[in-house]
Order: sequence, then C-alpha cells, then structure tokens
Amino acid sequence: MTTAINPLVILLLIPLVGGLILWLIPASRKNMLRWVALVTSLTAFGTSLWMLAQFDADSADLQMVVKLPWMNFVKVAVNFEIGVDGLSILMVLLTTVLTSISILSSWTAVQEKVKGFMAFFLLLEVGMLGVFLAQDMILFYVFWEFTLIPMYFLIGIWGGERKIYAAVKFFLFTMAGSVLMLAAILWLGVFKGTFSVPELTNIFGLLPGTAWLLFLAFALAFAIKVPMFPLHTWLPDAHVEAPTAGSVILAGVLLKMGAYGFLRFNLPLFPEIAIKAAPWFAFLAVVGIIYGAATAFMQKDVKKLVAYSSVSHLGFVMLGIFALNPLGLQGAILQMVNHGLSTGALFLIVGMIYERRHTRLMSDFGGLWKVMPVFGTLSLVIVLSSVGLPGLNGFVGEFTILTGAYTSVAINYTLTAILATVGVILAAVYLLHMFQHVYLGTVTHDENKSLKDVNWREIITLAPLLALILWIGVYPKPFFALMAPAVNNLVALMQPYLMAVK
Amino acid sequence: MLIETITSVRILQLVSWVVFFPLIGLLINLVIGRKLGERLSGGIASLASGLAFVTAFLLLVSLNSNPEAPHVYRLAEWINIGSLVVNWDFRVDTLSVTMMLVVSGVGTLIHVYAIGYMHADVRLNKDPERYTRFFIYMNLFIMMMMILVSAESYLMTFIGWEGVGLCSYLLIGFWFEKGKDGVGNAIAAKKAFITNRVGDFGFLVAMFMIFLQFGSLDFTRVFAAGTPTGELGKWVVIGISLFLLLAVTGKSAQLPLFVWLPDAMAGPTPVSALIHAATMVTAGVYLVARSAPIFAMSAFGPDAVAWVGTITALFAATIAIGQYDIKKVLAYSTISQLGFMVAAVGMGAYVAGMFHLITHAFFKALLFLSAGSVIQGVEYGHHHAQHVDHHVEFDPQDMRNLGGLSRRMKVTFWVYLVGALALAGVAPLAGFFSKDEIVTFALGKHPVMFGMLLLAAFFTAFYMTRQVWMVFFGNARTEAAEGAKENPPVMTVPLIVLAVLSIVGGALNLPHVETLQHWLERTIHGVHPAEFSFVVAGVSLAVAFGGILSGWFFYGRKHWELGQVDPLKKLLGPVFTVFERKWWVDEIYNVFVLQPYKDASAILAEPIDQKLIDGTANGLGKLTGLVSRGLGLLQTGFVRTYALMIFIGVAAILGYLITR
Amino acid sequence: MNTIPMSYFLVLSAIMFSLGAIGVITRRNPLVIFMSLELMFNAANLTFVAFSNAFGNANGQIFVFFVMVVAAAEVAVGLALIVAIFRARGSIDIDLMSSMKN
Repeated sequence: MTTAINPLVILLLIPLVGGLILWLIPASRKNMLRWVALVTSLTAFGTSLWMLAQFDADSADLQMVVKLPWMNFVKVAVNFEIGVDGLSILMVLLTTVLTSISILSSWTAVQEKVKGFMAFFLLLEVGMLGVFLAQDMILFYVFWEFTLIPMYFLIGIWGGERKIYAAVKFFLFTMAGSVLMLAAILWLGVFKGTFSVPELTNIFGLLPGTAWLLFLAFALAFAIKVPMFPLHTWLPDAHVEAPTAGSVILAGVLLKMGAYGFLRFNLPLFPEIAIKAAPWFAFLAVVGIIYGAATAFMQKDVKKLVAYSSVSHLGFVMLGIFALNPLGLQGAILQMVNHGLSTGALFLIVGMIYERRHTRLMSDFGGLWKVMPVFGTLSLVIVLSSVGLPGLNGFVGEFTILTGAYTSVAINYTLTAILATVGVILAAVYLLHMFQHVYLGTVTHDENKSLKDVNWREIITLAPLLALILWIGVYPKPFFALMAPAVNNLVALMQPYLMAVK
Repeated sequence: MLIETITSVRILQLVSWVVFFPLIGLLINLVIGRKLGERLSGGIASLASGLAFVTAFLLLVSLNSNPEAPHVYRLAEWINIGSLVVNWDFRVDTLSVTMMLVVSGVGTLIHVYAIGYMHADVRLNKDPERYTRFFIYMNLFIMMMMILVSAESYLMTFIGWEGVGLCSYLLIGFWFEKGKDGVGNAIAAKKAFITNRVGDFGFLVAMFMIFLQFGSLDFTRVFAAGTPTGELGKWVVIGISLFLLLAVTGKSAQLPLFVWLPDAMAGPTPVSALIHAATMVTAGVYLVARSAPIFAMSAFGPDAVAWVGTITALFAATIAIGQYDIKKVLAYSTISQLGFMVAAVGMGAYVAGMFHLITHAFFKALLFLSAGSVIQGVEYGHHHAQHVDHHVEFDPQDMRNLGGLSRRMKVTFWVYLVGALALAGVAPLAGFFSKDEIVTFALGKHPVMFGMLLLAAFFTAFYMTRQVWMVFFGNARTEAAEGAKENPPVMTVPLIVLAVLSIVGGALNLPHVETLQHWLERTIHGVHPAEFSFVVAGVSLAVAFGGILSGWFFYGRKHWELGQVDPLKKLLGPVFTVFERKWWVDEIYNVFVLQPYKDASAILAEPIDQKLIDGTANGLGKLTGLVSRGLGLLQTGFVRTYALMIFIGVAAILGYLITR
Repeated sequence: MNTIPMSYFLVLSAIMFSLGAIGVITRRNPLVIFMSLELMFNAANLTFVAFSNAFGNANGQIFVFFVMVVAAAEVAVGLALIVAIFRARGSIDIDLMSSMKN
C-alpha cells in the first residue's frame, strides 16, 4: 500500500489539520470553532472506520505499515514506523469515538477559551493515536510524552479549584515513569541495533540480569499510567480537577495507554520475565481491585468515586493481561474498551449533573430519578454496565478475565481469581451506594426540584456509548474476532518460555 | 393436520420466543407506552407474557410427543475464546418447559392483576406517570426468568440469574422515594442486590471450577463428562456443589443470606407475588435440580444443601410467628417453604422439590395477591374514613390495624382461606401432596430432618391461622378496616384462577399416578419417588390440624382489641421477642459485616490512601523542593558572585593541572 | 629589530586580565564592568598577538579580529540591555537586579 492513501497516515494528519484550521478561526466565533472541532473528530472517526474496513481480522500481523526513515541515533536508524494490529485496532477506534463524544460533551460546558480547548483536544487525539499506532520505540516515546502536554493544559486551564496542583501532579507522576522508559528504550535500541518493535520482538532473546531492569523500567512507566496500586494517587486528583471531557479522555484512553504498553512491550519483548513476574503483578492487580472498590465506597464526591472505581476496574485489566492466556488477554483488551465506554459514560453523567448544579457531592443530591426520569434511566444502564451486570459489556470482559485468571498457568494460584471475584460484589456495593444517594430517595434539596432533564445533545452524546454497551454485552463476537489472531500470536510467542519456567 | 403440526419436533425451535415476546412487549411499552394509556399498556405487557405462556405450552405438547431429550437450539454465538465456548443456546427439556410454564403462567395472571392493582397504587403514591414503567420491568423480569430457565449453559443461566436480580432491584425500589426516611425502599433494593451478589459470587466461582474441571460450561457437555477421578477431582466437585449452594442461598433466600427477602416486601405487592414468592426465588431450587448430575457426584454437597434447607424452613417459620406485617409473615413463610424445596432437592427428591415449587407458586402467589387486595381495600377504607387524622402515618399492612374483613371483602377472604389451607398442608389441597412427599422423603433420609420439617409444618399451620384470624375475623380494629371495600374483577378474577389451581394443583403428582414424576424423569434421571405412606400422610395432616387448632386457641377464641399485646407473647415472653425481633440477624450482620467493611474502607480511604500513599508521593515532591531550595541558596542573584565562582573554579582546575 | 622578550607581553597580559577580573567582580556599575570585560578581552588579544608574532603564524592575528568583532557586538547588545533596564527601573545598579532569584 502506498503512503499516499494509507489510512493510518491520514488518520494522524486529520486532527493535526483540524487544529491548524482552528488556529485560523478568530477566537470569538465559538460555535464555528466547536463545529470545526466536531467535524474534524468525526472525520477522524470515519477514517478509523475506513481503517477497520481495510483491516484483515484473520491476520495476526501488523497491517497498513508505513516505514519512513527519520533520523539516526548513535548510528541506529530511527524510523517513522506505524502500523495497526489486533492489539491496537480497538484502542484506535476507542480513541476516535471518545474524542468525538468528548468534544460534543463540551459544547456548553466550556465557554472560555474555546479555541485553545478544542485545539488541545485535537492535538491530544494526534498524540493518543500516535501512541497506539507507533511501531518504533522512539516514535512511541515521542507520542507518549506528547499526550502529556495537551492534557496538562486541559487540566491546568479548564480544571477545577486545585487545577494547578492536579496538573503538575499528573505531569510529574507520568514523567517519572517515562524517563526510565526512555533509558530502557535507548539501551535496547543501541545494544540491539534497532528501535523497531516488530524487529525487536523477533530478535530479542533471553537476557538475564539487564532484562529484569529493562522490564521494570517499562513496567514502572506503564504501571503509573494504568494506574496500578500503589501508584494511583495522581488519578483521583487529576480526574476531580479535569473538565468533563478531559476526564472522559483520561479514563477512556490515556489509562489504556499504560495497559496497552504492557501488551506491546513487556510481554513480547521480555516473555520469560513477564511469566516470572506474573504472580506478583496479579497480586498487585487484585489488591488494586479490592482497594479501589473499598476506597471508592468512602468517597463523598461522585467524580472521585468514579476515579477510584477506575483503579478497581483497571485492576481487572491487569489481572487479565498477566493471566498470560488467550482468555485473560482477550478479556483484558475487551475490558479496556469496556472501561473506556462505561467509565467515560459515568464521567459524562457526572459532568451533566455538575453543569446543572455545580457540585458533585453526593450529599447535595437525592431523588434525581424523579426529577430527571430519562437521565436516571440512562444513568442506571451505565452504572449497571460498570457493576458488571450480565448482558451488558462489563460482564463479558470481567468474566473472561476471571476465567482466564482462574485457569492461568502463569499465575498458578486460584485464590487470586477468587479474591478478584470479591471485587464483583464490592463493585455493586459502591456503585449502588452512589446510585441510591444521587438518584433514589426523596428530593432533599430544593435546588434539585427544578432540574431540567437531559436535552437532545446530551442524549446524542450518551447514545453511542449505550449502544456499544449493549452490543458488546449481547454480541461481543466481532470484537473478540478482531483481536483473537494477534492475541493467539502473542500467547504462542510466550508458550516456550511458559513451558521452560514451570 | 393441526395436531400433527403442534406435535412436530420443529415446534421446539420456537423456544427463543419465550424470551422475545416479553422483549417485544417491553420495547413497545418503552417507546410508546406512555401514549397508550394504562389499560393498553398493561394489556400489551400481559399479552406478551401470555404469548410466552402459549409458546411454552406448545413446547410442552411437542415435547410430549418427542421425548428424546434434550433439544438444544442455537440463536447466536456469544463468547468463543480458546476453549471457552459459550453460545446463546436454548435448551428444551421437561425441566425447562415446566419452569417456563410456571413462570409465564403465574406471571400472566399477576400481570392481569397488576393492571388493576397498579391503577390504584400509582394514584395512592401520586405518580401515575410511573404506571408503564412497572410493566416494562415486569416484562423484563419474565424475559430474564425465561433466559434463566431455558439456558443451555451455566453462563447463560447466570445472565438470567443476575437479570432477575436486577428486576428485583428495580421493582423493590419501584417507589424509590418512599419507605423509612424516604430512602427505605431504595435501601431495601440495594440490600437485595448486594446480598444476591454475594450469592452470585458463589455462582461465578462455581463456574470457574466447572470450566477448569470439565472444560465447558454447557450443561450437556458438563453432565456427560462423568465423575472426575482422583482426590483432587473429588474435592473440586465438592467445591463446585458448595459454591453453587452459596448461590442458592442468595437467590432462594436461605440461611445465611435470606435477610434481603423480608425487606424486599417494599416492592408493590404483585412484585412480591411474582418475584419474591412464585418464581425468582425458586431459581435456586431449579439450579440444584438442573445440576443434579453434579450433585450426584459430590460427596457431601447434597447433604449440605438438605440441611441448609431444613434449618431455614424451621428458622424462618419461627420468625413468621412473631410478625405483625401481613406481607412480612408471607415473606418469612416463603423463606420457610423455599427451605422445604431446597431440603427436598438436597435429599435427592428433585421431583418432590419441583412439585412443591409449582404448588407453592400457585398458593403463595395467591396469598400475596390477596394480601395486596386486602391492603388496597383497607387503603380505600382509610382514604374514606371520617374520623382519622390523615397526617398520621397509617400502616394498612399491620395486621393489628385490620380484623373482621371476611364480611367486607368476601372474594378475597375465600381465596385467602384457600391459599392459607393449601399452605398449611390440609388435604386435599395442593400444598398437602407436595409437602407430604418431601416429608416422607425426609423420613427415609434422617429422622432429625423429618422432625424439623414436621415442626416447621406445624408452625406454618399456626402462623397462617393466626394471620387469617387477625385479618379476617373478629372486629375491625380501625376505621379503615371498617370501611374496606372489595376490589374490581380485574384483580379478583386472577385470584379465583389461582385459588382453583391451589385446590387442584395436587393432581399434578398424585400418589401412584405421578404425572410430574414421569414427566421430569426424562430429564432428571435416577430419581425414585418416595413410597406413599398413610402413616406419614396421617401424621402430617395431624400436624397441620394441630397447628390450626392451636392457632385458633390463641387467636380465635376471643377478640383482639387494638393496642393489646399479642396473646402468644403473654405465654412465651422472651422467646416470642426473639421471634418478633427476627433472631437479631440483621443486627448481627450490621455488627459483624457491614460496620467492619465500612470501618476498613474508611481506614483505607483516609489514613492509608491520602496520608500514607499520597503522602509518600507528595513527600517525595516536597523533598525535591527542599533540596532545590537548599541549592537555591547558592544562587545569590549577584552576577559578580557567579563570576568569582567561575574564577575560583578556573584557578582550582588550573592549579590542579599545574601542580599534579 | 630588537625583540622584547615574550615574558614581558605575557606578564602585561596577566596583569591586565587580573585587573579586568577584579573590576568585573567588585564593581556594581555595569558600564565599568563592561570596561573591565574589554580589558580582559584585550589581555587575551595581547597574548594572541604576542604568540602570533613569536611563532610567525597569522592565526592568532585573525582570532583577534574575531574577538574584537564579538566584543563590539556584545557591547552593543549589553548597552542596549542596560538602557532598557535603566528605562524600566531607573537605576543600573546590578545588585538591584535579582528578580529572578525566587
């Protein structure tokens, strides 16, 4: 395929071009800015569908690869190498969907500096897409760091009361991990003679000693991003202070970059160490599941509750990844999508009530279902999806992950999966607690009596998410089919080491 | 021609329609229900449920002439990863069709009843807009229940299992702004969901173990796999059966997870009848019957089930004696009767358990619906009462406020009496035969079990007599009860139908005829009926009459005036208080489970998360700040200081180079 | 032509450089600092020229031109800065210019 009509290149260019067009529009024409941003993100979404149409789901290989020489680093070639495979295609789609939805959700919520907001959002989309598409480690690192900047400003400029604190914290945490990752990337590239991930996957053999350090350097960067317990404390602050759209993207996509990093780097590059580390990571994941659920239960701020629920849900993802079998890995990837949809939607509904009442404290609400029936019903579906009710998306992911963990040879400790299953009970505890305090009961505050139900724009914002929540819950087959060959390939790659270790 | 068609095996392919009819019904009501008006909206929902019943009936006819079991029909693929293959498969066999008939049959009657009941209920609660929502939930429930009973795999059963739990949550919380402090119902709903989730945890773990042991979650493949060999395999099967038992205790409200069911009475009464008496709560019994081959392999799994059921049967019956709320008595009675069923299936008397499930569905649905009729009749009386302060909370469900209703609500009284006698186990009503079969089986199993079940049966007869007398006989104790009025036919006709079923339901499995036995034997193999014994039947009949008589002795001989202490309390004193306060189970849970979890969460959230973990992270930041501030002292801001430093540095380096 | 010994140049250059350095460190008037800087430049220039003459190599001479050009440019920029600072603050005492310090 020639570069000119490669969907991936176009996909990366569209938000960039959109950002340039925004730059030309005067800042006072707010609606025009919004429309341009929305149309750009929808075009990007359309392009990602085109990419999906071009994608061969039966192949485990990287597809639509573009490789252009870029520069040399200590005589090692650094290329502009991008491609998509079963591990990343769902992430790309998730990114384009959630970006469009986020922009739509900020229609009225963001009134100041609209131009900058939209421009940063499109830049952020470029960065996120780049992370999922990059197949060269340096390029990956560039995009990885690049996502920090727009997000930093989104939190720092359009955030809440403690926005500067949260933005700096977000930046520093991520940075602390990624500099170590940069060191590991440089080490690998210089000593192995290539920065290309596919090439490294093929040539990387056993490297005792340093491999542990390299694995940990990558793992730290990704674990902070996921975030895994106990590196999670940046997340609640960032979420609480970020604007709604920022939270949606943060939870929906940015966290997935961490989990995706594990899939793309830690497992294929260091299979033996991943297998040895699996019980420890599974243990941390389970601690995260239960810890996140218990802490979420105690939060008074709805947004903070959802943020801690992310810690719990991402624990499931990590558990699935380190089950290191097809069930766990496929469940984990699907759960990454599920979490993006459910938690993204949860942040949207929190944003909707915040826009109406300018508070997020549970004690300021109660009986909203009576005042806003449509909103209450939509929220219920979203909450249940996050609870993991069978028939909705969350359950399919959680069940496959837990079955994978239970049958995992790498974890080899069934109690891990059983403890993780306790998280399923606890999820119901904190989410229904929230639902009861916000939506059920009598209307306790007079301000809430006259709240307007959701308008059409808000319904349109939520509708795609709800449709996907139902679709994945009832018929997840197409989603699993997209990732299956790549996951099986990954498992096959690790199989000899698994035999050797156990 | 017609006969040929409906007996052909192709009819069985219609099975997925038992799910689709309710789905269509709920979608219609969801989209345009508000515009249809109450009658049409409720009618569509009832029709959807009724069509599901018709479908199930067609399946019955066809299955009868095509006995080779089981028939499995695939709707779509679902999850297919590695060795985990689970599809949307529907299973048609005698067990699933029996359950479908009960669910949709009783369900349809309750739908029709609800058209009338909810008409009054939404007005009483001042939100007529919510009428349609009720029927959406009810159709959703029928749909989920159908998925539960028609599934071919444990995972699909689990969808229905949690789905009905969701409906239960929604319907208990239907009037979510009502109840104690305005959140009572919402809290009851949450309690039901979370307690059920504890049971679902058991279901999930059991599924993991089944999958690891048998390599599949499909019933056909699991049951065909055969007994696992070896010490480990033996323990795995025991583990599976015990985790399934945990699931059963959640859904079927057995010890120790029964606490949600009494609170679930916060839901509208048709819900209590359909979900919390006739169908959903029996899902646990169905699950054990369905998993019979696994339980047959397990060493002491079945015994554990039987003992849990027996103890629950007796335990809940004692609580029912001390309750004053008309629905609470029925709720604890339901728990007790579910205990009978669970004990039966645990003993291996699957047919007896299923038989009791069916008859119980008839008479308990009847009792609940009649109780609903009583409540609305009395509400009417309260509404039209002259001398009542309407601002004071009046509880039409408190039996101490009722009395003498037999004269004012004749139909309700007679059907209630039928239900109560059937529940008490008076021959020849339905309850007698099914209960007798269980008790006979228990005698062959363990004499203590037999004794406990008989005692539970005695209490059952006693508390039902107490209830009937408190509600229907004597003087009306309040003006509301005085002015009570019989309800319209849309409510009483379903009651009469159910009353007839409660009378003749025993014919399903008469001794020596055993229709149900032969029917279910096709699916559950190796179940031998207990030999019918006139001695046991006589004893259990004597127990029933004994209970009724002693009930009359305490409550029937003289009138109970408002404000008086319960006659039994005078005799039993503290023992009665134990019953009245439900053995303090809720309080025990509060102290030993809820509060510790809250405390632990509070510790994790504040001292651990914010102070320790976040504090460490922020501490690192502060440390960096301190260090840089220290180094910052070197930056005086005077350029010449820097210049001097440079000179000193240069001089030092030069000096070193020269002198080395 | 009688040659002046090399050491003379170097000593003179060292004295000039030291004077310049002391001036830079001790004076507070940027104009004087500039003059001191020039002194240091010229000390270096003197050394360049002396060595160039001694070794018969023109490179040193060329460097001097470079240094002079750079010094001129630097003075131009520096004086501009001083004027700007004077306009902004009304004083050119460099001890007062510490706003970058915390």
